[in-house]
Amino acid sequence: MTDRQQQKLLKKQEKARRKEEKYYLASQWTLMARKLTKHKLARVSLAILGIFYVVALFGGFFAPYGLESYDASYKDTAPTQIHFRHEGEWYGPFVYKLSMQRDPVTYKKVFMEDTTTPYRLQFFVQGEPYRILGLIPGNIHLFGAEGGAKVMLFGSDSLGRDMLSRIILGSQISLTIPFAGTFISFILGLLIGSASGYFGGKVDAVIQRVIEVLNSLPSIPLWMALSAAIPPEISVTQKYLLITVILSLLGWTGLARVVRGKFMSMKNEDYVLAARLAGVSDFKIIVKHLIPGFMSYLIVTLTLGIPGMIIGETSMSFLGLGISSPATSWGVLLKDAQNIANIANYPWRLIPLFFVVIAVLAFNFLGDGIRDAADPYK
Amino acid sequence: MAESMHEDLILDVQNISKVFVSKGVSVKAVTDISFQVRRGETIGIVGESGCGKTTLGRCIVRAIEASAGKVLYRTQKGEVVNFLSVDAKQMKGIRREIQMIFQDPYSSLDPRMTVIDIIGEPIKANYPKMPKAEREQMVIDMAARVGLNTTYLKRYPHAFSGGQRQRIGIARALILRPRLIVCDEAVSALDVSIQAQIINLLKDLQKEMQLTYLFISHDLSVVEHISDRVGVMYLGKMVEFADTESLFSHPLHPYTEALLSAVPVADPEVHMERIRLKGEIPNPANPPKGCYFHERCAYCTEMCREKPPLLRQCNGHMVACHRAEELKLKGFEYSDP
Repeated sequence: MTDRQQQKLLKKQEKARRKEEKYYLASQWTLMARKLTKHKLARVSLAILGIFYVVALFGGFFAPYGLESYDASYKDTAPTQIHFRHEGEWYGPFVYKLSMQRDPVTYKKVFMEDTTTPYRLQFFVQGEPYRILGLIPGNIHLFGAEGGAKVMLFGSDSLGRDMLSRIILGSQISLTIPFAGTFISFILGLLIGSASGYFGGKVDAVIQRVIEVLNSLPSIPLWMALSAAIPPEISVTQKYLLITVILSLLGWTGLARVVRGKFMSMKNEDYVLAARLAGVSDFKIIVKHLIPGFMSYLIVTLTLGIPGMIIGETSMSFLGLGISSPATSWGVLLKDAQNIANIANYPWRLIPLFFVVIAVLAFNFLGDGIRDAADPYK
Repeated sequence: MAESMHEDLILDVQNISKVFVSKGVSVKAVTDISFQVRRGETIGIVGESGCGKTTLGRCIVRAIEASAGKVLYRTQKGEVVNFLSVDAKQMKGIRREIQMIFQDPYSSLDPRMTVIDIIGEPIKANYPKMPKAEREQMVIDMAARVGLNTTYLKRYPHAFSGGQRQRIGIARALILRPRLIVCDEAVSALDVSIQAQIINLLKDLQKEMQLTYLFISHDLSVVEHISDRVGVMYLGKMVEFADTESLFSHPLHPYTEALLSAVPVADPEVHMERIRLKGEIPNPANPPKGCYFHERCAYCTEMCREKPPLLRQCNGHMVACHRAEELKLKGFEYSDP
């Protein structure tokens, strides 16, 4: 073996040793993250959710039009067709303007493309002004058509508003309510669940019965009652907040049960006993041994709880109990798809549904991935 | 303090009982157990699974509260206190003198803490003002003493083998300089070769630090190797208590005889006649009348079925058997070294 080969081998061994050392020094969280990145479905879901949230965060930029901007001559149009060849020659992506006509037999509205002038699609066009996070002003949109032409990739609604823009801007509500809601549920569940598990006995019995009662109430009538309690004159943002609170006041029960169960099982772990024998105080044991011990399970429960909240918000808004115009969420958009005539004539009204399904599935798969990663026996 | 005991003694366990009540059914896990521990000796407690040895150990360290009885303990300062009834304030000083080593080296270490934090936790709890550097130096010294490689202390428990983890557990128990250690099946979860290492380590530490051990195990050969005196438990009661050699060579209780006959001998020439006990261990929620062992005992008489035997002195043993004097029981045959 030559010197160089030997050196190479040594380097390789050194590298392997370092890698091993890194594994030994890894905390449980690092190990979990490592396992999670090996879970294919979770990785894909994480990527999809990442895209969703980035798009929602910079909604004003990604949406070609504003939430309320409408065009009376573009009511109920189908998704805009994108062309590449104008009069038989390559022109690049462009759209035509539409003109509305009535079918002479059925009186149904028909949109005809005006094929005389092409309007190029462009990136980073100037458009309506917006504020990112309500702070940073801007008026550049990711894409748009030149001139006065409209590009509506998902069609428009009955007022001539662009569906794509409304889905993107609606996601700002639909994807954040669950987070705010689960956060409140998380705090409630953690506190009530710990009390239940730690004190046991009568406290535990009372809390468990309350949870059972809450769980046995049918959710839709309860939502109706609670949203009827919201005064009608308050602003949209306040209403948004209250809806979040309503959802989370009903959503903590599952989490409280998980926390209680974990508390009870971990109370009897040998290392907790060892800490007690060493003279560590009860409070310190809870904070340093018990809560970190089930934090990973809590995160799993949380991730799996978010889709429930998304669906909750969507169904409340769909029923007209939750968010209402002018604020927009996916549920509000789906409200337009409530009657059969709408779905039959304008099937693109159902597009928001796909986004609900994709978001819910992605959260579920991600939760599955985290659960597998948190399981030390796998 | 009104309590007193003989100067040599460090621990005097008096009539300890533990009753678990669950859904109206009460189970006597430990019934009326008494024994004394001299300073610096090792007491072995043996018995089959479910006989109450672990409960006994946990009652003594107050991991669970005993239902009745006293545990007199001589503190470092020489006071004699009933460890089971000291108040929280007194407890703070004494707690660190009585520590425990656990059976399962996997569940006894918090997987979310580094080894240096695990071993240092008792110091942190008892001397919160000690600077971090000093604490870590103490941990490193102790880790070296129990034979851990001190360069690995920043690692998490998952990076260590069972034997190494048990050494970590031992280091944690010893870091506060305790005087009495309850070893609850401390080597049962380890490979035989590692068991020997850990037992030798425990013996060395005992000499160095003047420790007293209460060694709870189901493994007779381990107990025989490490203990000065041995207590045999059956269904929550102490049935025999004697010096190790005497107990192993001349058992006086039929249950001890049966246990000894089950010890495998590493010599193909020796053929031990194994005494097979009839039946199952009785349900402790509903123990039999008379002697708890009579249903399975080959030497049972009418008296055994009616009257429970008391633990009494006989040929230098403490034994709870009506027929201890008349029976000629077979002990453990030591093969020539």
